[in-house]
Amino acid sequence: MEENQINQDFKVVIIGGSAGSLNVLMQILPQLPVIKTFAVVIVLHRKSTDDQTLEELIKLKVRSNVKPIEDKVPFLPGFIYIAPSNYHLLFEKNDVLSLDTSEKINYSRPSIDVSFESAAEVYKNRLTGILLSGSNADGTEGLKSVKNEGGTIIIQDPDSAEMPFMPNHAIQNTTPDYVLNIQQILQFILSIDN
Amino acid sequence: MIEDIELETLINEVYEYYGFDFGSYSRASLKRRVNRIYQLDGFTYFEEFLSKVRSDSEYYKRMVDEITVNVTEMFRDPSFYTVIRNQILPLLGTKPFIRLWHAGCSTGEEVYSVAILLKEAGLLHKSLIYATDINTTVLETAKKGIFPLRMMKEYSENYRDSGGKEDFSNYYTANYGIAKFNEELSKKMVFSQHNLVSDTSFNEFDLIFCRNVLIYFDNDLQKRAINLFDESLSVLGFLALGTKETIKYSISQSKYKQVEKEKIWRKIK
Repeated sequence: MEENQINQDFKVVIIGGSAGSLNVLMQILPQLPVIKTFAVVIVLHRKSTDDQTLEELIKLKVRSNVKPIEDKVPFLPGFIYIAPSNYHLLFEKNDVLSLDTSEKINYSRPSIDVSFESAAEVYKNRLTGILLSGSNADGTEGLKSVKNEGGTIIIQDPDSAEMPFMPNHAIQNTTPDYVLNIQQILQFILSIDN
Repeated sequence: MIEDIELETLINEVYEYYGFDFGSYSRASLKRRVNRIYQLDGFTYFEEFLSKVRSDSEYYKRMVDEITVNVTEMFRDPSFYTVIRNQILPLLGTKPFIRLWHAGCSTGEEVYSVAILLKEAGLLHKSLIYATDINTTVLETAKKGIFPLRMMKEYSENYRDSGGKEDFSNYYTANYGIAKFNEELSKKMVFSQHNLVSDTSFNEFDLIFCRNVLIYFDNDLQKRAINLFDESLSVLGFLALGTKETIKYSISQSKYKQVEKEKIWRKIK
């Protein structure tokens, strides 16, 4: 019972990124201790083949458990989840993940907007959406939803981004809670478990 | 944007008026799809949308066509097709006659992909491919075997990655932005409407494909569909699902053996 109560209000961090964001993740993720009270979801634009290179790479670099995403897997704090290629990643009200192969959004599947919007509805003020480097407009609409539902939105400082277009686009069209460089994003995530 | 309670109202009304049950569809995806058509068609009030669905059966049909996901591609996940080509078809090839079923075939890209594999394995002449979907509009497209020409570059790459050695363009005729696939492939196909939510088994098959359909269902409906496939499979027949789907939670594992790490299971008893 006690465990259920902890699970019931766990926090969720979704990190969305496109071109130039893998590098950022590789600076942040290895610095994270085993996460406890929250779940991290990584939604990256990637090739549409069913290859596991990204999953394998991240697994090697992190201390927390990386959970492979399959249809309807339980969504739990203490794990890192990576959106699979060629599916949109959605969040169900009963803390399970579901997948969808509908049309690409912003030329992307997974689309960052889709995951932000879906998670915002379920996790509301418990959700933090972080948008990293990229050269496409994906993520902006999703961040708006996160904000509207009471969540926190963080955008990578375009000066620290390899591809500043995506963060700039989001900064111009939303009201970010924070605009942070890579080190500051790490500090923010580290502070969640404290 | 519609509210959760409005979505439930819509589900109930659709069931009451048309007998179609979306009650076991995964809510996150369903809600997104309903919101999409609600906005696309310019509705402001849910009541207005609901009354249109109730009173206008043509509009209801449009809504169903739009909320069911019909995105599909040829040779999606080439490595999956490599396994079908190299491991599964040689096993089925020993049979005098091969029956296949594509459940939830949408516009048919996967059906034509498999027909190409059967042809290259020299098995098409003794195969019969059933392809079903709940959506009759997509079945019409599938029957014609006409796909956008702009997709052919990607599809021919997928085909090659799956182990295809022929010139992919030999399989279709290009004309004004469309690619029409050869009738040699489609003459072995039978298209018909079938609903995994409410219809029963209609034949016995050696290979059933149902890829990226179960992801739209909740666990109960997934179980129903898997059991329907089980009833429709011959012993030693194969069931192929999408790369992120499983039969693990739906049926006794002692009846099925997974083909390596692929999402393909063989019925062993």
